[in-house]
Amino acid sequence: MLLNEFLLLAAALFCIGVYGVLARRNAVLVLMSVELILNAVNINFVAFGAFNKTVAGEVFGLFVITVAAAEVGVGLAMVLLLYRNRKSIDLTEVDLMKG
Amino acid sequence: MNALLLANETAASAGWMLRNAWIIPLIPALSFVLILLVGKRTPGKGHWIGLVAVSASFVMASVVGVQWIQHVNDAHREGAGEHALSAGGVLTAEGEGAVAAEGAEARTPTAPVTNSVTWFENEGTKVEVGTLVDGLSAMMLVVVTIISLLVHVYSTDYVHGDRRYTHYFAFLSLFTASMLTLVIAQNTLMLLCAWELVGVCSFALIGHWWEEKPNSDAALKAFLTNRVGDMGLIIGVSILYFAAGKSFDIVRINEMANSGEIRHLLLLVAACCLTAAVMSKSGQFILHTWLPDAMAGPTPVSALIHAATMVVAGVFMVARLYSVFFHGFTIPGSSINLLAIIGAVTLLGGALLAFVQNDIKKVLAYSTISQLGYMVMALGVGAWTAAVFHLFTHAFFKACLFLGAGSVSHACHHSFDMKTGMGGLRKIMPKTFWTFVVATAALAGVFPLAGFWSKDEILVGTGGWSNTHGNGTYYAMLIMGMVGAALTAAYMTRVIYLTFFGEYRGHGHPHESGPRITVPLIILAAFAVVAGWTNLPAGFLSGSERTPKGWQLRFEHYVEPVGRYFPSIAHGAPSWTLAIVSSAIALSGAGAAYAYYAKVARRSRDERRALTELPDGITTWSRPAKSFHTLLVNKYYLDHLYNDVIVAGIKGPIARAAYWFNQKAIDGTVNAVAKGSVIGGKLLYTYFDQLVVDGAVNASGAFSNGAGEELRSIQTGKVQQYAALLFGGATIIAGVFLIFLTT
Amino acid sequence: MLATVLAQVNPNGDDLFVAQNITFGVVATVMLVSAWRVVTTKNVVHAALYLVIVLAGVAAQFILLGAEFIGVTQVLVYIGAVIVLFLFGVMLTRAKLGDDETVVRERRFMAASVGVLLFGVMAWAVIDDYRDTHVDISVPSTTALVSDSIFSQYLIPFEVVSVLLLAALIGAIVVARKD
Repeated sequence: MLLNEFLLLAAALFCIGVYGVLARRNAVLVLMSVELILNAVNINFVAFGAFNKTVAGEVFGLFVITVAAAEVGVGLAMVLLLYRNRKSIDLTEVDLMKG
Repeated sequence: MNALLLANETAASAGWMLRNAWIIPLIPALSFVLILLVGKRTPGKGHWIGLVAVSASFVMASVVGVQWIQHVNDAHREGAGEHALSAGGVLTAEGEGAVAAEGAEARTPTAPVTNSVTWFENEGTKVEVGTLVDGLSAMMLVVVTIISLLVHVYSTDYVHGDRRYTHYFAFLSLFTASMLTLVIAQNTLMLLCAWELVGVCSFALIGHWWEEKPNSDAALKAFLTNRVGDMGLIIGVSILYFAAGKSFDIVRINEMANSGEIRHLLLLVAACCLTAAVMSKSGQFILHTWLPDAMAGPTPVSALIHAATMVVAGVFMVARLYSVFFHGFTIPGSSINLLAIIGAVTLLGGALLAFVQNDIKKVLAYSTISQLGYMVMALGVGAWTAAVFHLFTHAFFKACLFLGAGSVSHACHHSFDMKTGMGGLRKIMPKTFWTFVVATAALAGVFPLAGFWSKDEILVGTGGWSNTHGNGTYYAMLIMGMVGAALTAAYMTRVIYLTFFGEYRGHGHPHESGPRITVPLIILAAFAVVAGWTNLPAGFLSGSERTPKGWQLRFEHYVEPVGRYFPSIAHGAPSWTLAIVSSAIALSGAGAAYAYYAKVARRSRDERRALTELPDGITTWSRPAKSFHTLLVNKYYLDHLYNDVIVAGIKGPIARAAYWFNQKAIDGTVNAVAKGSVIGGKLLYTYFDQLVVDGAVNASGAFSNGAGEELRSIQTGKVQQYAALLFGGATIIAGVFLIFLTT
Repeated sequence: MLATVLAQVNPNGDDLFVAQNITFGVVATVMLVSAWRVVTTKNVVHAALYLVIVLAGVAAQFILLGAEFIGVTQVLVYIGAVIVLFLFGVMLTRAKLGDDETVVRERRFMAASVGVLLFGVMAWAVIDDYRDTHVDISVPSTTALVSDSIFSQYLIPFEVVSVLLLAALIGAIVVARKD
């Protein structure tokens, strides 16, 4: 199998994730898009690991999964806090930093 | 009795308890868990669990002590035959004056008893966990357990009915466990873990009454200040780990430092880093500021943690890794080094601060800082045994003083202010008074109480006095030590005078505390008397400097390690003249303070004004004295330095820079240019050709204004737009790289 | 039927090779379509369910690459836990279960252009570097190998990640609790 197949799949997934992060207004959906990005990275890790015949890729993929779990936990906690304070999780309404 | 039997049975080898010392910290650790789990549901709310656990630990620690003494005796019996060989083989030639001062006492090596299992092993790095028991550990085990036990007993009365009574005893147990782990740690990693654990316990117990803001602030301050030093510890331990060929083993590190296998520069850097740790944990200048604030915790905690045991962890660590410091700072033959300077400055600085405090616990806290300065100074000048001996005696009399202060405050409706809440308690609380006086005398170094012997030994160890043959000639340290002795005696006289003499100035009717408070006081006072006799100087009463007899130098004989893992330090020869002079200085300090307060008392009687309302003598008419007093009251402005200068200095500019960048660099600059141009244009308008210049100015103003509006529109405050810019920018940069790399 | 198609596509008779390629193609297509739905669907719960398909697809790709342990972990952690967390997030924030997104055309345009640009750069880089490099996946990496690696060579990162997880746990509680 071509290495490129996996890399291109990952690239496509990554870009779809980026699109989601940038275009979505609902904070939960933004977090889901972040998951897409992380999974794309993981596919790259494992594909390169298989390519180089080392388990390092897989190990770091596992670390990424762990970090992703932590990220979701903290991210959702922040979304909950946002909801509690503003009764909305629309990211376009959060613009306190407007210059 | 049991202890002796057990010791006899196993004396053949290293002694069962010596090899299994890990049980001693394990028991209070279990007690901690047990109290947390079931403490509240048991009768007495869990204090008996802690009491039983610490008692068991105390018994076992005593067994360790007895077995260690036998171990040393055995080593000497076996070593007697091959004495010449072993002494020659072990001691290096750099003993210098050691042999002369050491006398005929054979320096037979006494191997420390180690017992360890592998914790984890990874890529050739083996980390072990285990115990290292030698004279120092055994002594510390006994001191920690005995004081912890007495504090437990005392606490059952003192914090009776507290809202977090169970929690309090749980943390006392955890503290005891961690401190015991610290003293028997076999490697520096364990030392580090236990070091952090005692820090956590200290934090929890200082903030025991955290509902009040100052208490939780004090706890945070202690924790954060300790973090500063802990960084030093972590770096120092890491350096030593790599320097000793990837080993945390304390014995191995010491042996390698001793044999010169570690480069001197590495030792120096490691020693400096570890010194930072000592400065924070043992309250040395300039990181001492947390210790007085730590008095916000319950008084028994102050006695146990912030006077007798935890704060000496730094001193213990230096004593434990002494080869590193001894060779790193090149202590022998020198007359000044970092450790000695820090100790000496702390000794004087702390003692001076003690004069201006009205809170009895704060006086004692500064006194503790000052005494820790003595110990660190002693280690700095090479007087290892003197430092450890002072640690030993200080633990008893300082615990006694703190518990006495607690007893007084318990009687005076929890006031700690000597000027407004105390006075005249001599008649009302005789037991507290007498134990306090005994402990004070011991602290001030009055013959023949404990403090006299240890302080004298430190002064001898500086080698500054004639014919004392120390490791070097530390004249400055000798002088500062003597001045410190006078100051100590003087401020303690002040405390006693304000607390126990004169009229009662508080409200309510004070009463003597109950037996659970006074009995520990009496026991500690007894120790404050006799503890010093364990190490009478050679040649005292009988025997000569070359042949110690009976009680002479027993402490040194059993506690000071002899072997490859300990540097061969020189011992100063005791000097009668020095002892007499230092005692005279101390007594004159006490006398001066007493005379001053007697005068004040007479004036207060004559003028019919309260003692505390009188102006503070010399400071009213002498301007330098007044400004010095202000300096002391403000604690040398160190807190201001930390909070207002360092923290604000770091926080302020960054915040201001960020604010400036937001306000000025993006909007402001552009807008300002526009405005400035407009104003400038108007000025020019009156002087120059209206048409040309006016038009240009207006154009540039409009341009600047427009640019400002444009740039401003980027700052939408919308996260996703920022993210889009970020991603887009990164992509473009990546694309540019790609083009340059592939073509 | 399938066998004849395979034989024509791959005259050398390397059945396994072809089967893998076909599996990859099918799974990848499903993944991309689902991923597209995740970022475009107007129903939040549907998005979560599409995300499940993508994550399962990623697990399938892992197994295709011979990385069994991470594939199983992917199923357990992502599909088992993270998705549940997301559904809770949807529930607790009471997002409307129906259509929610109002169209903001310029934002869509901006996001899409960034995405396409990014894909272009990455695809170019990847194709340029690994034109027809093959991955040899005949030797799968076993769980034993992975565990050996984690607990020897990568022990310290592993411990660090554990501490990170703990910190995130505490952080999440602190942030989300009502006080």
